[in-house]
Amino acid sequence: MIGFLASVGAAFLGFLAATGRLVNFALMGLAALFSPPFYPRLILRQIVYMGYYSLPVVGLTAIFTGMVLALQSYTGFARFNAESAVATVVVLSVTRELGPVIAGLMVAGRVGAAMAAEIGTMRVTDQIDALTTLSTDPFRYLVLPRLLAGLVTLPMLVLVADIIGVFGGYIVGTVKLGFNPANYLTQTESYLETMDVVSGLVKAGVFGFIVALMGCYHGYHSRGGAEGVGQATTYAVVSASILILVCNYMLTTAFFGK
Amino acid sequence: MNGTAPKISVRGLEKSFGPKRVLDGIDIDCGVGESLVIIGGSGTGKSVLIKCILGLLHPEAGSIRIDGVETVGMRRGDRAALMRKFGMLFQGAALFDSLRVWENVAFGLVQGRGMERAKARRIALEKLAAVGLGAEVGELRPAELSGGMQKRVALARAIAAEPEIIFFDEPTTGLDPIMADVINDLILKCVRELGATAVSITHDMVSARKIADRIAMLHKGKIVWQGPAGEIDVSHNPFVDQFVHGRAEGPIQMEVRAV
Repeated sequence: MIGFLASVGAAFLGFLAATGRLVNFALMGLAALFSPPFYPRLILRQIVYMGYYSLPVVGLTAIFTGMVLALQSYTGFARFNAESAVATVVVLSVTRELGPVIAGLMVAGRVGAAMAAEIGTMRVTDQIDALTTLSTDPFRYLVLPRLLAGLVTLPMLVLVADIIGVFGGYIVGTVKLGFNPANYLTQTESYLETMDVVSGLVKAGVFGFIVALMGCYHGYHSRGGAEGVGQATTYAVVSASILILVCNYMLTTAFFGK
Repeated sequence: MNGTAPKISVRGLEKSFGPKRVLDGIDIDCGVGESLVIIGGSGTGKSVLIKCILGLLHPEAGSIRIDGVETVGMRRGDRAALMRKFGMLFQGAALFDSLRVWENVAFGLVQGRGMERAKARRIALEKLAAVGLGAEVGELRPAELSGGMQKRVALARAIAAEPEIIFFDEPTTGLDPIMADVINDLILKCVRELGATAVSITHDMVSARKIADRIAMLHKGKIVWQGPAGEIDVSHNPFVDQFVHGRAEGPIQMEVRAV
């Protein structure tokens, strides 16, 4: 029994220590924001890489999500003669939940993994130590631009994903399910509130920060050559995905919980 | 070492990784303009020692003084200023593969010191010329270079900001004997031209004999011998004799497990 309690206690202490290291890492990254030198070109490059180049994958995911959502909600609501709610369900689901979560998960897979692999390779090949010996703070040069890019870019991506996702639902609703286009748009508009979109964008900012933080943190602490970099990449994607889902619940509770 | 205050002074330095004590009370000095070479087998703590001096690793105990200033426990801002005195050639070159060769060489000037890119590029091309590489190489990516060329670029990067102290981590490892000699010559030339203090770690005795004013031997986290490079063959130290002659028998036992 004591052995069991000891192992639970050790696991809990390990969890607290890991959380402390992660928070410390994030604060060290953000602290670089308050003193020069700044690297605006690097921030811009990360924004382009994280945002522009993620548009195809996020757009494709969003349109098919909106289309499936329209089909499935129609199937369900038809049983209660409530088909007219399809447009409302699609727009609320996409803006509040599916847009930010799916964009966050896709960016975690595409960008978080790449960040961990790039920074991890720099770590195991001494490039991060080289940065330090060249009077360049790795947190300022590598971590901060990525954190800022994550924070800024994902809301923009989610805004695009919201529009595309709702459009996907509109296409299925009007072409396949026979809704009147004008009625569908009226239904979409009349039940959509500013808070629905804003809450999704706030979530997106948090998710973008999480993706960048996990990519940087696991890459920065990778050890042991190619295997270590591979592990860092896996940890970055898995931990970012789990944190996105957990934070999504917490933020939904904060915004809409009674 | 001459009678002036040492450029680098290390006292009682200790560093462990988990239960393994890698540095166990290191005492060593390096004088101004001196070339100190630290020899020792793989895994004896040579790289850890210079990473502690550079501030890349934090020792558990001991003192490291640069120009008489204590650097252990130094604040980040002071450490950043101290870094300007250092140049470092890493074992694997550690070139930034996302940047072109000249950008690698100019990196410390542009990012670390805020120099204008055009001026930094001119200096980078001069340094590349100093290590025998033409301007056309400056436009290539590190992945397009051979191992010897990468080492030369790394040397150019290490000397670009004309540091007071240059560290060389296994500068000739993985190179053929001719290229290794070219690198040794370049190290000698660059260090002499700059008047810099040099600390090198190697297990290549040819390289050590060529570039060292003084040699120290590290074994199991301790300095077991140090003296002028010319005395390495008459040290009468059993550790040094075994290492210099590359004998399997002697006081240094390789930790080999049966499979």
